[in-house]
Amino acid sequence: MISIKERTPTLTLRRIIMPVSIRSAAALAMALVTLAGCKKKPETTPAPVTAAPPVRAPGPNQDSIAAAERAREAARLAAAASEEARRNAAALAEARNTLMQVIYFDFDKDEIRDDQRMALDAKVPILTANPNVRIRIAGHTDSRGSDEYNLALGQRRSASAKRYLVSRGIADSRIDVVSFGKERPVAQGENEEAWAKNRRDEFEIVAGGENLRVPR
Amino acid sequence: MTPTRTLAVATVAAMLVALVGLPTRSAAQDTTKAQGVRIGLTYTQGTKPGVLITPIVGANSDSVREILARDLDFGDRVNPIKLDGGTPPTGALNYPLYAQQGALAVVQATLTAVGSLHVAVHDVVAARVMNVFDVALPNPPLGPEWRMALHGASDEVERVITEQRGIAQTRVAFERAGALWTVDSDGANAHVLPGTQAGLSPAWHPSGRYMAFCLLANDGQFIMLRDLVAGTSRRIPGHGASSNTPAFSPDGTTLVFSSGSDGFDIFTVSPFGKEAPQRLTVGRGSVINQQPSFSPDGRRVAFQSDRSGHAEVYIMDADGSNADLLTTSIGGEQPYRSNPDWSPDGRKVAFQSQINGVFQIMTINPRDRSVTALTSEGRNEDPSWAPDGRHLAFTSNRSGSQQLWVLDAESGRVRQLTRGEKARMAAWSPRLEAAR
Repeated sequence: MISIKERTPTLTLRRIIMPVSIRSAAALAMALVTLAGCKKKPETTPAPVTAAPPVRAPGPNQDSIAAAERAREAARLAAAASEEARRNAAALAEARNTLMQVIYFDFDKDEIRDDQRMALDAKVPILTANPNVRIRIAGHTDSRGSDEYNLALGQRRSASAKRYLVSRGIADSRIDVVSFGKERPVAQGENEEAWAKNRRDEFEIVAGGENLRVPR
Repeated sequence: MTPTRTLAVATVAAMLVALVGLPTRSAAQDTTKAQGVRIGLTYTQGTKPGVLITPIVGANSDSVREILARDLDFGDRVNPIKLDGGTPPTGALNYPLYAQQGALAVVQATLTAVGSLHVAVHDVVAARVMNVFDVALPNPPLGPEWRMALHGASDEVERVITEQRGIAQTRVAFERAGALWTVDSDGANAHVLPGTQAGLSPAWHPSGRYMAFCLLANDGQFIMLRDLVAGTSRRIPGHGASSNTPAFSPDGTTLVFSSGSDGFDIFTVSPFGKEAPQRLTVGRGSVINQQPSFSPDGRRVAFQSDRSGHAEVYIMDADGSNADLLTTSIGGEQPYRSNPDWSPDGRKVAFQSQINGVFQIMTINPRDRSVTALTSEGRNEDPSWAPDGRHLAFTSNRSGSQQLWVLDAESGRVRQLTRGEKARMAAWSPRLEAAR
């Protein structure tokens, strides 16, 4: 079989890179705030920040040293807070990705493959922790078979994944199913590699996705 | 349709089948008939009498002659003889001269001052006029309706000569780039139909005024009924998350389609009523029953089903009883037969069958189950019969891209119908004489 996890490395990479750049941006923002002597507090800073010293003050004085220390402390706390936020965001993104993880099927089949069960099982705790989340499963097929038969086969594939999730305790009413047959391929070409990528169920959050909670 | 009338139709159909089904006797039949009814030119199945189209004068006369000749050629039942140039004949025709040029019939067309076409069809053998008729040509000249009216003249010429009306005055609906289109039978006037975005699987109402299609929406598939004249659409109630593959009964009072959420069954509904759909097939588990197609007498329905584990073509009575596997006699390493379309004369069911993993068009005789393979070049699928029960439109990739082609099931002759962006899901219209 061709690798189905091709997507994973890209996603992981993105998860790592994005928070880092967010963090550096935050630090830079802090420095700018301090330099400009702005009175506005960063939202995440619990320590009171008073007026920053004038930048062009001649020579060192106690006030400016204390102010600098306060600014450093504020930056440290902000960094810690943003690290926490980053972890939360990463966990949420992880949960979201798990929920949307695509599953794949054998030719002309709608049975859940053994190697695809894990991907479905992983969705269950997230759906359980988020009772307001509703999802839509879209079944797709490869380009073989007639156009119209594939519409039905795609429907059967989405129904199959829904049955699986319902059997694990997810309410029937929270899962919509739809088929796109062979109308929306992700891979072009008339070969097994393309076909295997196209025989799939896609998962979409249609409601309640904005307040996703990570299962504990 | 009353049972008596149905029986009468069936009897006539059976007699017709008997008549044309015996090619060795058909010539004798024609001779016998000629004694009482007609003298001179008699059309014999399987022959292509020469038909000469005389020169025409007036604006667009060359186009008129060109279109008439092409229509007769595409009809595959006569052999148009179009001599270039020349002047229109005046007075009595020189029949012996036309006979020398291989013509058994002569079409003498005249553009009139009031913008109509006056047509005289001559029997060269009997040296007399067979028929005279006039066709109004709507403005603007060379416009879509003008062309369709002219196609009607071609079809009438074919009827006068062969006793069967032609199919030039028809259109083929199809899917292209996420919408439904139609193209005239001669490949001209391809255009998108407004209000059919995300449409699939078009099906013509026998009146030619309405079109049913499957709407591929983001939350499911629905059967839509579009009034092509009023430009309005209505959603037909389904039975489950997905409804697809609509078709009309020959009398236009019943719409049949496939619907389901896991398994798929065939349902019927009145296209213009408000009743809930009625189930014809009783699917078990996730069986897919799909692609219904009525027999021309409206008494039976062909459809595909994977109830045996793979897709095959079945027939059942119109009330859903007596379902029977039709494609029994076909082998193949990977059985898959689908997309049945019952011919308008009832004698054949066209379908697609996988040969070496590639779809090809075949026909099967529902009586003796004899099978004829019609294509072999490229991937060929989704056949749709023309109203003459002889020509089929289908999707083929033989030109390198997916396009519609037309096949004459009797001679095997093929021609490309569409060009440009990919086209598929052909649905041949009924004759459009009165409609639109």
